[in-house]
Amino acid sequence: MTDAATTPDLFSKFDGLIEQRRALLANGIEDPFNLVMEKVLSPTVAVCNGRETILLGTYNYMGMTFDPDVIAAGKKALDEFGAGTTGSRVLNGTYAGHRAVEQALCDFYGMDHAMVFSTGYQANLGIISTIAGKGDYIVLDIDSHASIWDGCKMGDAEVVPFKHNDIEAMEKRLRRIPEGAGKLVVLEGVYSMLGDIAPLKEMIAVAKAHGAMVLVDEAHSMGFIGPNGRGVAEDQGVLDQVDFVIGTFSKSVGTVGGFCVSNHPKFEILRLVCRPYVFTASLPPSVVHTAATSIRKLMHAGDKRAHLWENSRTLHAGLIARGFTLGTQTPQSAIIAVIMPDLERGAAMWEALLHEGLYVNLARPPATPAGMTLLRCSLCAEHTAEQVQTILGMFERAGKTVGII
Amino acid sequence: MDRADTSARIAAVIEPFNKKAVALTDDSTFAGDLEWDSLTVMDFVAAIEDEFDIIISMNQQAEIETYGQLIDAVTKIKG
Repeated sequence: MTDAATTPDLFSKFDGLIEQRRALLANGIEDPFNLVMEKVLSPTVAVCNGRETILLGTYNYMGMTFDPDVIAAGKKALDEFGAGTTGSRVLNGTYAGHRAVEQALCDFYGMDHAMVFSTGYQANLGIISTIAGKGDYIVLDIDSHASIWDGCKMGDAEVVPFKHNDIEAMEKRLRRIPEGAGKLVVLEGVYSMLGDIAPLKEMIAVAKAHGAMVLVDEAHSMGFIGPNGRGVAEDQGVLDQVDFVIGTFSKSVGTVGGFCVSNHPKFEILRLVCRPYVFTASLPPSVVHTAATSIRKLMHAGDKRAHLWENSRTLHAGLIARGFTLGTQTPQSAIIAVIMPDLERGAAMWEALLHEGLYVNLARPPATPAGMTLLRCSLCAEHTAEQVQTILGMFERAGKTVGII
Repeated sequence: MDRADTSARIAAVIEPFNKKAVALTDDSTFAGDLEWDSLTVMDFVAAIEDEFDIIISMNQQAEIETYGQLIDAVTKIKG
């Protein structure tokens, strides 16, 4: 016999969050996690609530979503290959386009192997949980993305975090791992909450000195950091020391999907043993053709890269000059994080910016480090210099209205 | 390593983290009695790891909820 009165509701564990949301929205504030883009006019402008809005929180770093060649490739693939594959990569779900996009990735990174997943989340989930098994050790930065943590949780390895970007803390943990155990160090090129980069050169040298394999998530650097846009590891001259690069199509590439590239001679076996790769349908033909076209164009995007960096520097300097507190002292990536005093004022500032006609990401714990509330801005190579000035004006007015500056 | 010895060394490490000067017994919990958030836990674990030159993986931490369990776990890891 079960007693309904004493059996807990499985949703009771969410009561705290439900109450926090209720209190926030009770003030009449617009729900920052429920915005609808009614029309998307370009990589930098959409219509939200009937209002034309500048997009400053999309990770669409290189503005490839409306590139005419990319769109044409997608339409052609829809016509020629249909709307979807309805199957796993290892059964009926590998089309010519999947091979083509993997070859484009090999060419882009100058690596031997590329494996495409249906999302970036699944790429981290699959690779990490598969290569680090029972008795192995994963040493990772405490500020790692949720997909990295979930990959750790799904696998059977021992998980050992260290303080963010702290080389000494990482070294101590590597040193204490029992002899004979397999070791995987997991790092990110750009950390997406504050937009800061990792000292990969130093960290990878330490990892290699301890015999560890190195995985670097370059989701937020592809296309514009490094001489060929290969990411922070390339920029710091250590890409050849990285065993696995994880990336995504949903940021600079401008569509959806995830990948891992590697020079490991046995890499291809992962296609048979990596469950988040095997037990899901492959990406639709239109997506892999848009991705392949976009990746090849990103190999020759030097001018767009330069303009994106100019935008990042201008926004960073402009926000500092107006009295905002930012996540980094210098612009290190295309992410500029504006630190808010608390969630209430962060949400109020987010709404004030939306009313000005600007969309940014409201980020809050547990996604953020140290319990911070952030307004995270991600710039696009298609933002004009005038748009960046307009954005600064909007921040100034909203900041004064809410009383943050 | 001797449990009493381990206990004394952990007591010294814990002191600066025990801001409310909670009287500790083997049954005191880190989340409940000491009211530590995840950041404090991370810093404290790092301090314990440095003191004993050991690793306490996340997997092991999941099994450690009380002061007494921590002393047992460190004693066991040190052998």
